Amino acid sequence: MFILKVENLNLSRKGHQILKDINFKVKKGDIHCILGPNGAGKSSLAYMLMGISDYKPDKGKIYFNGNEVTTWAIWQRARSGLTLAWQDPARFEGLTVEDYIKIGAKKSSVSEALEDVLLNPNEYINLAVDKTLSGGERKRIELASIISMKPKLAILDEPDSGIDIFAFDNLIKLLKDLKSQGTTILLITHREEVALISDKTSLICDGRIVKEGKTLEVIEYYRTRCKPCPRYISQAKG
Amino acid sequence: MEDYELMLNAYKTAGGTPSVFNNLEIANLLVHNNRILGSNSVPGLVLTSKETNEGVDIDLTIKEGCKIINPVHLCFGVLPKEGSQVINIREKSEPNSVVKILAHCVFPNAIKVEHIMEANFEIEENASFEYTEVHYHGLSGGVKVVPHAKVKVKNNGRFLATFSLLHGRVGELDIDYEVLVDEYGIMELLAKVYGYGEDKIKIKETGILKGSSSRGLIKSRIAVRDKAQSEVVSELTAHAPGARGHVDCIEIIQGEAKAKAIPIVYVTDSLAKITHEAAIGSVDKKQVETLMARGLKEDKAIDIVISGILK
Repeated sequence: MFILKVENLNLSRKGHQILKDINFKVKKGDIHCILGPNGAGKSSLAYMLMGISDYKPDKGKIYFNGNEVTTWAIWQRARSGLTLAWQDPARFEGLTVEDYIKIGAKKSSVSEALEDVLLNPNEYINLAVDKTLSGGERKRIELASIISMKPKLAILDEPDSGIDIFAFDNLIKLLKDLKSQGTTILLITHREEVALISDKTSLICDGRIVKEGKTLEVIEYYRTRCKPCPRYISQAKG
Repeated sequence: MEDYELMLNAYKTAGGTPSVFNNLEIANLLVHNNRILGSNSVPGLVLTSKETNEGVDIDLTIKEGCKIINPVHLCFGVLPKEGSQVINIREKSEPNSVVKILAHCVFPNAIKVEHIMEANFEIEENASFEYTEVHYHGLSGGVKVVPHAKVKVKNNGRFLATFSLLHGRVGELDIDYEVLVDEYGIMELLAKVYGYGEDKIKIKETGILKGSSSRGLIKSRIAVRDKAQSEVVSELTAHAPGARGHVDCIEIIQGEAKAKAIPIVYVTDSLAKITHEAAIGSVDKKQVETLMARGLKEDKAIDIVISGILK
């Protein structure tokens, strides 16, 4: 059974076409990776799936858990079990870590969620989710928030960025735990080593899905066909 | 019900704990219109008050070296729909004293009420004085609040003041604080106000760091919606070596509201430094959408963002 189905999605912004005829399906319970270089359109795809303003599709349809959600508001998608962890999460003055994690949470223990992301609850629970946190700390709190929500499908946009090597191993474990608890994961990354934990991978380049299949096969394609490509090199340079 | 009980009820609604006015270990003063309904002092603190035609005159002295353990509770209110109240406060923190003042100002039924405070605070050497003023207004917007204060902070003294008006309509607010800081002295002014309807908010806060190594922070967090208007003038000047200061103003606007921020920084000594940041705009879209991605509707998400800023 597929929990997410995307049909012919197209997205333009400021007169520039970002995504072109995107089609893919995510099987319930899988970790499905969207792999691709910087600037390929991965985050735009994540925002469009979540319903973020300015990322409304020009055409195409999004089906989530059996419903067409293309025109649903963000909160409607969230309440039906879809959520997004941002690559660069927002900061909130005056909102504590505890209050932030409790928003939309199904898991009762904030402390446990913080421990899951290797943050000491005593140290962090009363801090504000503001600019005093480092990028890595903020990312971990974002993940703790996702864990607490127990969503049906979590879109994780570059969850490893800004996280140190020690935390990286834990992140991989965390993603596997999330999966084992029943959350399907749409994992967005440009790193093959992160993609390795996924069951299936879609490779995106220049706004199109150019290859899809078993992760190792797609990674091999990515290494041998994408990385030597002049377009990849120019996108990687940003 | 007598005025005393009505005032305590209003005080409770405003977030206060009425039992503090029956506790002999807590200095307090309860004023309704121009009548003193209750007063208590504690060792180390001299509190005298006198009724006048328009309000109350208050003299407060914290004696040298005394640390007042429990915060001093003041409650000023006008319960009828109309009225005027002028509070004159003369406060002196003698050297090495420590005190915290918590003032609640309650005008729950105001249609045409004016509340004026003229304060003089004098913080002597090594003394610490914290003043928190919390307002609770009704929904009509018929209140005019005019708190003006002149503050002197002597060497190594510390003055922290927080003003918050987050419950009910602001009405018309005209804050004017001026703080003069000597060597190694510290001043911090924080104003948090949420205006809506046709509220008018005017805040002028001035800090003068005239002593070497003095410190100053002027911080304002304002949210306005509907047709409310706000103007915040934050002026911080430094005139001695090692003086450091920062001005930080955030104003959130929604609907047809208007907001103006005027940070003024002025430095006359090459070894002093003042920084400032000011931002006016609508609620950050990414913040709101992040909360919506947790299942909150847009209105609730905006409320949480604004509440955080005003916290």
